[in-house]
Amino acid sequence: MSAASTAEPAFVAKTKTGRVTDFVDQRVGGSGILREFGRKVFPDHWSFMFGEVALYSFVILLLSGTFLTFFFDPSMAETHYDGSYVPLKGVEMSVAYSSSLDISFDIRGGLFMRQVHHWAALLFVASIAVHMLRVFFTGAFRKPREMNWVVGGVLLILAMAAGFTGYSLPDDLLSGNGLRIIDGVIKSIPVIGTYISFFLFGGEFPGTAVIGRLYMLHILLVPALILLMIVLHLFMVVVHKHTQYPGPGRNDNNVVGYPLGPVYAAKAGGFFFIVFGVLALMAGFFTINPIWNYGPYDPSPVSAGTQPDWYIGFVDGALRLMPGTFGDWQVEQTWLGFVFSFNVLLPALVPAGILFTVMFMYPWIERWVTKDDREHHVLDRPRNAPTRTAIGMAGFVWYCVMWAAAGSDLIATHFSVSLNDVTYWLRALFFIGPIIAFIVTKRVALALQRKDREIALHGRETGRIVRLPHGEFIEVHAPLDEYKRYKLVGFESPQVLPAVPNEHGVVTRKEKRRAFLSKWFFEDRVAPATPAELEAAHGHGHEAVEAPEAAKSLSH
Amino acid sequence: MKALSQKRRHPLAAIALLLMGLLITGGLYAVATTVNEAKASTTSYSADDVEEGGKLFAANCATCHGMGASGSEAGPSLVGVGAASVDFQVGTGRMPMQMNGPQAMKKPVQFNDEQTRQLAAYVASLGAGPAIPEEGLLDEGGDAAAGGELFRVNCAMCHNAAAAGGALTRGKFAPALADVSGKHIYEAMVTGPQNMPVFSDSNITPEDKRDIITFLKQIETTGSPGGADLGSLGPVAEGLFVWVAGLGVIIAFTIWLTSRTS
Repeated sequence: MSAASTAEPAFVAKTKTGRVTDFVDQRVGGSGILREFGRKVFPDHWSFMFGEVALYSFVILLLSGTFLTFFFDPSMAETHYDGSYVPLKGVEMSVAYSSSLDISFDIRGGLFMRQVHHWAALLFVASIAVHMLRVFFTGAFRKPREMNWVVGGVLLILAMAAGFTGYSLPDDLLSGNGLRIIDGVIKSIPVIGTYISFFLFGGEFPGTAVIGRLYMLHILLVPALILLMIVLHLFMVVVHKHTQYPGPGRNDNNVVGYPLGPVYAAKAGGFFFIVFGVLALMAGFFTINPIWNYGPYDPSPVSAGTQPDWYIGFVDGALRLMPGTFGDWQVEQTWLGFVFSFNVLLPALVPAGILFTVMFMYPWIERWVTKDDREHHVLDRPRNAPTRTAIGMAGFVWYCVMWAAAGSDLIATHFSVSLNDVTYWLRALFFIGPIIAFIVTKRVALALQRKDREIALHGRETGRIVRLPHGEFIEVHAPLDEYKRYKLVGFESPQVLPAVPNEHGVVTRKEKRRAFLSKWFFEDRVAPATPAELEAAHGHGHEAVEAPEAAKSLSH
Repeated sequence: MKALSQKRRHPLAAIALLLMGLLITGGLYAVATTVNEAKASTTSYSADDVEEGGKLFAANCATCHGMGASGSEAGPSLVGVGAASVDFQVGTGRMPMQMNGPQAMKKPVQFNDEQTRQLAAYVASLGAGPAIPEEGLLDEGGDAAAGGELFRVNCAMCHNAAAAGGALTRGKFAPALADVSGKHIYEAMVTGPQNMPVFSDSNITPEDKRDIITFLKQIETTGSPGGADLGSLGPVAEGLFVWVAGLGVIIAFTIWLTSRTS
């Protein structure tokens, strides 16, 4: 072997660049990696790009955030402002707030960078949320991607944590109010709450330590964890390959699309600059978090219209919806000389807890109910999984009700309605909104499936009315071409799986529960048109006009 | 002295003593503090103004406020509300009120300056009350930074830190303060229109009020250093913007990037 390889003349690159590249390649094996990655195929669909938007937002966050760390000072020491913003001249404030103001007014490009950073943060979490909605509603979380779904959920929580710790750093009145609410939520935890709060703030709120601590979390721990999770996430994407929408020639064993190199590399590279450009334009033309309006943090004032950034809004909204009393019964109770603030604890932790628990567990719930252990690389159209889509919409509406409640005061002023009425309606919707959403979504999905079935079997309505010799009028239906028909019939439709006994011949209680859920999921399913049905409907489709008895079956 | 000592066990002695004590404390307090004294400045109005104002009042206001401004079921008595109150309510168009509702809405002003002055003169003549502030307090020459601190502590919980307004209970609201004249801001503070509390001169001194007006006018003229302010409504407006405009534009780009040229 070695004799053979020495006999071959060694490859020598012709140009200098070529020789350098070859030198590097022989040592790191880049061409092999490039060959492997460059051949990875990605399917083309706009809804597959939100993860990319999140990734690019994160890169922009790292770049703009690094710039901000050059000038930000997280000290809570007291100082008197001496910068160029006149309405705050000489006002006593923390060094953190003062340095944030200096970044905004006295450092070249500072305000722009602050605004890029903050807009990118909002877009980062928003694109993660939309990405997760896409993954959920198309069933992309199914085997083998359950763990990647969990990693994505962890990324969402980390993104919220990154956002909240960053929001608090300028030590302005708005963010201080937000911290105070967090402090209240922590203190409402029975028994240990006060201790945790004193530990976090280094004494009674607000103390002199919290900004520095949040800063360390914000620039060190949270981004490091996000980076780690992104690596895991992308690694699993490469291992699993990308999912694809159903279509002719697409199945669980292939991926139809373009290779990464050169098409997707170019598209992705260009897309980074598009996201950067959109964020830069937003930062250049639209104010975000005008900290100079809010003034330095002082525990006594609370401004009207105080809200958290959008991704924490649903928790704030739940707090706003919670009544303090039910009739004469106080939600805040004193037991054995200890105060239990359930009016804060319940809304702050329970809805978020339910949302995230169901979200993390959903892939396993569906896997258990359907007993489906196969790999899925072809996505579901949302209508073809009516119960899942309806569950997703119920959760989405529940979230949106709480989210809207965080802006209840602005809804009241901008639509000239009573703040109390907004709260009452949202309280009612908190309970009935998800139920209505579930029922409506499921009915719409089933109706769309029936429509699909109808079109697959009988073709498209042409709007051409024909009168038959014996006087009857029919509308001529045009048959679909095979590609379009495939989309309407080529999907999986799980059926109800009744309870089966285990190896001991016993139907366990758990199995009964599973069977009940299976019935609830799939009992009213609309089955896709089978080849036999298609054949029966289609055999006489073309001669519809000539054959009256066939035309009857078409026109019903 | 003997007579006094003899009567010291009289059943009414305790009451008389209490009454005396209250009168002395009250009297001393009234003498010592003059800041809360209602400043009636009827002197600057002529008898003619008062008479004309009375006619205007009878024709336009008496339906609700009653003849002689003594009040009725439809409107409160205006005796003692002062000229400042009339100048604010009529001068901003809130009065005459368009319709009943959670609070009187601002609308195009119904009377000219002369008529407003006459109405104010008439109401001021009925009883002492806050007067229209002097020009010197409205010149926006105060300390904006001090005014900002006062504003955040006293006003921002209803009017928003950027004076963009906010919601109150049951359809009431604190209005945005942009484009409100310094005079009307001052008058609102001393008379407490609608649901606003009165900020008397012992609570916020006239000089402090001047600082607040200076601050409000300064942030109004400074504008928004960071670009369009999205209504100064805080994170809700920002969230709405990033979801609708930011994501909207990006989705348009994703559709463009993944569309095939066929």
